[in-house]
Amino acid sequence: MSGQRLRFFTFAAPSRFYSLSGSLLPWLWAAAALLAAVGLYIGFFVAPTDAQQGESYRIIFIHVPAAWMSMIVYLAMAAWAAIGWIFNARMASMLARALAPSGMVFTLIALATGSFWGKPAWGTWWVWDARLTSELILLFLYVGYIALVEAIDDVRRADHAGALLAIVGAVNVPVIYFSVRWWNTLHQGATITMSAAPKMQSTMLVAMLLLTFAFWAYAFAVVFVRARAIVLEREHDAEWVRGLALATRKST
Amino acid sequence: MSWGSAGEFFAMGGYGLYVWGSYGLTAALIGFESWLALRRRQRALREALASVSASASASTGAPR
Repeated sequence: MSGQRLRFFTFAAPSRFYSLSGSLLPWLWAAAALLAAVGLYIGFFVAPTDAQQGESYRIIFIHVPAAWMSMIVYLAMAAWAAIGWIFNARMASMLARALAPSGMVFTLIALATGSFWGKPAWGTWWVWDARLTSELILLFLYVGYIALVEAIDDVRRADHAGALLAIVGAVNVPVIYFSVRWWNTLHQGATITMSAAPKMQSTMLVAMLLLTFAFWAYAFAVVFVRARAIVLEREHDAEWVRGLALATRKST
Repeated sequence: MSWGSAGEFFAMGGYGLYVWGSYGLTAALIGFESWLALRRRQRALREALASVSASASASTGAPR
């Protein structure tokens, strides 16, 4: 009985994910574009000039959301990798793999925009302070995860090895988040915390939050596209993929 | 609205390089990532179709 149920779950999940994500994708792309357009409009045409930093502060509208996403995507990746490993759930492992490149891109954006902000604000592109260094380690963790899973041919072994790396590396995420409190860093403290009112003008905050939601929608969209590709690559012998391929051929 | 002209907007109060560098790089990375992901799915679908066609022609006349 339980064997039957396990087979049902392990077999059915990718096909259900494929059709569900397919119907959500147009909405996700549209939401990302719309939120980004409104957020950028408010960020550039409504939000006032910052008294201390002048116009350079407008970089934070993408810098802070990208930095948040880089950490959240890592935690999601580690969680799906762990679920895939513990419960032998194929779809979870595929999602973990689909998340990694997006997390890497968000980390790159956070580091690069931080550099562009740091040059005028601090007079330097880079310093080896705790926040910047731990974020750089996050980039290496993403690169390491991708390199590791791509280097192992056996898919399940690759998923397990990647899960181990992702879970161990998750310790870096709280280090990044609390680094500005634990150590004396050049990087400023959190502008927005759960416990206090944001130290920011409201139109600036709105622009930043809209771009945060835009990044969320984009992350879901691009991760879904990549996960759908991975599903097709891994399940190309399954009956439902054959049916799907035949349906695609008929319609074109 | 704090911009008197388009030139002022692009100058960003002297921080144009940093602001537009940030936004340009972000747009480029997101565009490149989307393109790679969409291309990968297209290719995966094409290969699934190819393997169906291959097995369909192999099994003609010899039903499993």
